Order: sequence, then structure tokens, then C-alpha cells
Amino acid sequence: MNNKGVDKSKRQFLTSALTVVGAVGSGYLAVPFLAQMQPSVKAMAAGAPVEVDISKIEDGQLIRVAWRGKPVWVLNRQPEVLATLKTLDSELRDPLSNESIQPPSSKNAARSQKPEIFVAVGLCTHLGCSPTFRPEIAPVDLGEKWQGGFFCPCHGSWFDLAGRVYRGVPAPTNLEIPPYRYINDTRIIIGESSEEKSA
Amino acid sequence: MKPSRLAECGNWVLDRFPVTKFWNDHMAHYYAPKNFNIWYFFGSLALLVLVNQIITGILLTMNYKPDAKLAFDSVEYIMRDVPWGWLVRYMHSTGASAFFIVIYLHMFRALIYGSFKHPRELIWIFGMLLFVALMAEAFMGYLLPWGQMSFWGAQVIISLFSAIPVIGDDLSLWIRGDYVIADATLNRFFAFHVIAVPLVLVMLVFMHLVALHEVGSNNPDGIEIKASKDPWGHPVDGIPFHPYYTVKDLVGVGVFLLFFATVIFYMPEMGGYFLEHANFIPADPMKTPEHIAPVWYFTPFYSILRAIPDKFAGVIGMGGSIVVLFLIPWLDRCKVKSIRYRGGIFKKALFLFVISFLALGYLGTQPVTPVATTLARLFTTIYFGFFLLMPIYTRWEKTKPVPRRLTKLQSLEDQIHAIEEHLPAFIDEITEVKPVTAEIGHPAFKSTFFSRRPNPKGIAHVMSRIATKLKRSLD
Repeated sequence: MNNKGVDKSKRQFLTSALTVVGAVGSGYLAVPFLAQMQPSVKAMAAGAPVEVDISKIEDGQLIRVAWRGKPVWVLNRQPEVLATLKTLDSELRDPLSNESIQPPSSKNAARSQKPEIFVAVGLCTHLGCSPTFRPEIAPVDLGEKWQGGFFCPCHGSWFDLAGRVYRGVPAPTNLEIPPYRYINDTRIIIGESSEEKSA
Repeated sequence: MKPSRLAECGNWVLDRFPVTKFWNDHMAHYYAPKNFNIWYFFGSLALLVLVNQIITGILLTMNYKPDAKLAFDSVEYIMRDVPWGWLVRYMHSTGASAFFIVIYLHMFRALIYGSFKHPRELIWIFGMLLFVALMAEAFMGYLLPWGQMSFWGAQVIISLFSAIPVIGDDLSLWIRGDYVIADATLNRFFAFHVIAVPLVLVMLVFMHLVALHEVGSNNPDGIEIKASKDPWGHPVDGIPFHPYYTVKDLVGVGVFLLFFATVIFYMPEMGGYFLEHANFIPADPMKTPEHIAPVWYFTPFYSILRAIPDKFAGVIGMGGSIVVLFLIPWLDRCKVKSIRYRGGIFKKALFLFVISFLALGYLGTQPVTPVATTLARLFTTIYFGFFLLMPIYTRWEKTKPVPRRLTKLQSLEDQIHAIEEHLPAFIDEITEVKPVTAEIGHPAFKSTFFSRRPNPKGIAHVMSRIATKLKRSLD
């Protein structure tokens, strides 16, 4: 027996070592527990491209199609709408779409491959509500400044008919444009980019 | 004398499991201040509602299907085909709103009587954690019926996380378990709603009560009753929780159940505030309802989110409005606890805060208009002003002297006596007697009556007296 008392430093070392090993072990166990909440293989596999017939869309009409569970809009814009779009730049947050998501082929003033056919993901870039289509000019509830566009009923964000966001509303960027390509003049396919095919 | 068989059995258990000790420590010998008023009902009522939610919740899971294809129909099935299913579901949905009513009143009580102050900071922190867990519980439960409001409400709230820089998008993807709100989201929210969060809630309630029973309850006078004790070591101003407060709380339970049953049986949807109309339409990922609003208990925070015209700042503002509540034990620098002895500046600030909280709550239920947005911004400023300016205005607060012992409230009988004494003089002041001439039947028969009419001058007098009194009580 030694009379110097207990050697506490050894105990301390063992306690610390065990704590570290235990923490590492818990860390490893946490990975599968947390990762199992990620999208499953099935969820990732879903989301095949969608083919849309655009020949039957009338002037000024908007149709909704589901792509990857999200609403995608296809809007047939008339020349006067396209003319109005050019006058709005000063009131928009990102008129040239520099900070917004779109394929390069749609990064232009009308945000589309062919100016009259507008394709966009119909979810507000603020908190993901689906904005309402309000093509009329200066309706009572939206006021004099409304030039036709998309209005988000959840938090009052304004977008023009090219999905570009106005200043002073909660949404940070323009509506997202999904990748899409023309199969021929009357059919488009959403979910496949035109760049990949041409390359 | 030899003890009976039964007593021996009892002692056998007590030697191994201290039931009596527990009962005495927390009920029969737990001393609570003797001057609890109506505000002190809401803690025990919250416990009652929690029990209601757990029992009805268990019954609902027996018929509910957490599957995006079946969920909406299974709720309708519960409502129409399951015996008494409608009652159980309405008890659960009304219970959710009742929970928040009781909790908001419980929190307000803490604010006015300073129950969050030293030495009860931890009780407040546990209580706030409970509030946050309760919000999570309510939010996840609201997705389960898979109606339009469920779907789009969840879409908005989960998107809040995507506003966080760098990790936001991956985080919201991880929460949803899919690229959009889908079956995976519904299924995991079900798991959280029925297992994970209720466990957390029960644990936090336990910690909240342990902390409370360690330091003892506050009271409307904000005085520590443990400061003056009788020779046996009991607080002189305290009474045992059981039977005094168990019996008192039973009265509260009776009154509460009266209101609760009225809502369940006569207005379970509460005009679209408890169960929103749009939620009777199955979830449609293609179309947001024209007007979406969260359930009423989230609207004050939702208003703050909408008022800020920037995505990330809005989320910070909304989160911050709850985080500041955690901090008030340290923001409030006034030593006096109860509003009875606090200065006018605090009373005025609290009044403005309550107004802005209610106004934000109302605005959150309304569609966005420019006027509403401006108002929401104003009230958001007041909301944060109340908390963030607190260290300044509570420092030069002019407090009244705090008594050393609990004060006696005027009894109801005395109050009635006082009113009876003053009533005739009061009526004389606000009315006047005027002669009225009227014809009875034939013009020849004319008669003059004396009739009492309200006297505008007298009413004005009384009003101004009430106003001065109110002002004096606020200073």
C-alpha cells in the first residue's frame, strides 16, 4: 500500500480518454441516424422530364403542369405584354436576372427561349407558396402600379409576367426557370436542358 | 398492537418506494402563497389540456393513416364513421387552441407579477422551452390532416429554414426528406408529433415543476413567502397546496370545461380560427389557396415575418421575437417583481406590448395590403422596443414601497357593501329628474310625469374621475 493517496492524474486520463472515445462513437452513430432522414433513393429517382403540348394554349392563357411534384407554369404571352416588360426595369430588384436561377438560354429580358412562351417553376422564391396569376392591369386590390404579373398571396411578393421580382417585397430573387427544350414548334419537354442536347 | 395485514402491505411498498414522501413534498406539505388570484389557474389548466391532448391523441392514432394518399380521407373517416370519432377529434383540435390560450395567459401572469425574476429564471427558461416545443408540436400536428392549409403552411414554415445562409437549402431538404412536401414529410411529422415532441414536452413539464417546487411559487404581491416563517418552519403566508389549492384549481377546471365543451359542441371550427376553412380541401401541390394564414396562435410571429421586406431578415425577426422572450429575466433590471408596486413606465410599456401583440395577431389573419404592412411594421417595432429598451426604462422606474408580508385583498362581501353604499349617490350624479308632459288618450287629459334621464354633465364628470384614477394607477 502506498500512503501518498490516490494517483488522480491516471484516473483523470482514463476518464478523459473514455469520454473522447465515447464521443467519437456517438458521432459515428449519429451519421446514419441523421442521414436516414435524407431523401430516399426512390424520392431522388422520381422527377422524370415532362412533355407538354403548347399548341393548344390560347393567347394570354396559363397552364400548370407537375414536374418533380412542383407546379410548372407555361404562359402564352402576347406582344403587348412583352412590350410592357421592357418598361419595368427600374422597379425590379434583378431585371437582368444576374442573381436568379435559370438556364443560360433563358437569361434574357423576357426570360424565355422564345419570347412568347414563358416557362417557370410556380413557387415563390420567398417561402415557396404558389403565386396567383393576375394578368389584368391595375386591379382594385393590387392598386394603380400593377402592370399584370404574379402575386404571392402568402406574403405579398410581386413578380412581373417574366417572373422578375419587384423591389420592396420579401422575395429575394426572380422565379426559377426550369431547364426545358423544344422538341418541335408545338411541344416542349420540361426537365431536359436545351444546352445538353446541342452540345 | 399488531398492525393489520393491509398496513403491513402498505409499509412493504413504502419501504421500497416513497409514495408518501413524494405526496407530502409536492402536495400536502408544499406551501404555496395564500393570495393566489385568478391568474394562477392557468398552470394547472395547461396540465389538464396536456393530458387531454395525450389521451385524445392516442385514440386518434388508432384510426389515422400517416400516408399522403390516405391521410385526408382517414380524418374524414374518423369524423363520420368511427363511433364518437368526431368528439375525440374536436377535443384534440380544440385542445390545441385551448393549450395556447392557457399558455399565453400563463406567460402574461409571469410578466405582470415578475415570476421570471430571481430566483425563478430557470422556471421561466424551462417554460419558454416548453412553449417552443409546444409550437413545434402544434405545427407538425397541423400537417397531419393533409388539407390545403396543412400543406401550404408546412411549405412556408419549412422554407423558413432555407433562408439560413450556406446550409439552408440542404437543411430544409433534410427536414422534408424530399424535394417538395410529400409522403416522407407527412410520415416523419407524424413520428415527431406522436412520439418525439410529446416525450420532450412531458420531460420539460417535469423539470418546470421540479424547479418551481425548489424555489416556491411567486404571488401577486411578488414577495418571497419563505422570508417570514413560523416556529415550525412553515411560511406564515403559505398554505399547503393540498387541499387548499387542489380544491381551488378544481373550480378553475370546472369553469374551463364549461367553455371548452361549449366550443367543442357548438363551434368546433370557431369561425375558421381553430380549424381553417381551406383545410377541408385535400392538399394540392399545384395551387396555393387565395388567402393563407397560419392558425391564430402563430399569427403574431407570422405578422413579424411578413412585415420585414427581406427574406433572411424576416426569418431572423420571427425567430428573434421568440428568443427575446428567453432573455427577459436579464433584460428587466427592476428589483420589484409585482406590477402592483412597479412604476408607471413599466405599466405603460406592458400595455403597449399587449396592444401590439394582439394587433400583430389580428393582422396575421388578414391578407397583405399596404396599410396592413405599415401597421405591422409599427407594431413589430413596439414589440421589440418593449424588450430591447427594457434595460433602460426599468432602471429609472419609480417603484412603490413593497410590503414585507402579503396584503389582504378586499373580500367580495366588502366590495359589494362598498358598491351598495356609493350606488345611490352615483345614480344621482349621472341622471337628472326632469318633468315630462304627455297627453294620455284624449288631449284634454294632460299629465306631467317626473322621469329620470341620463345627465350628460354628470356622466362627463364620472368619466373624467375614472380617467384621473386610471392615470394615477399607471404612474
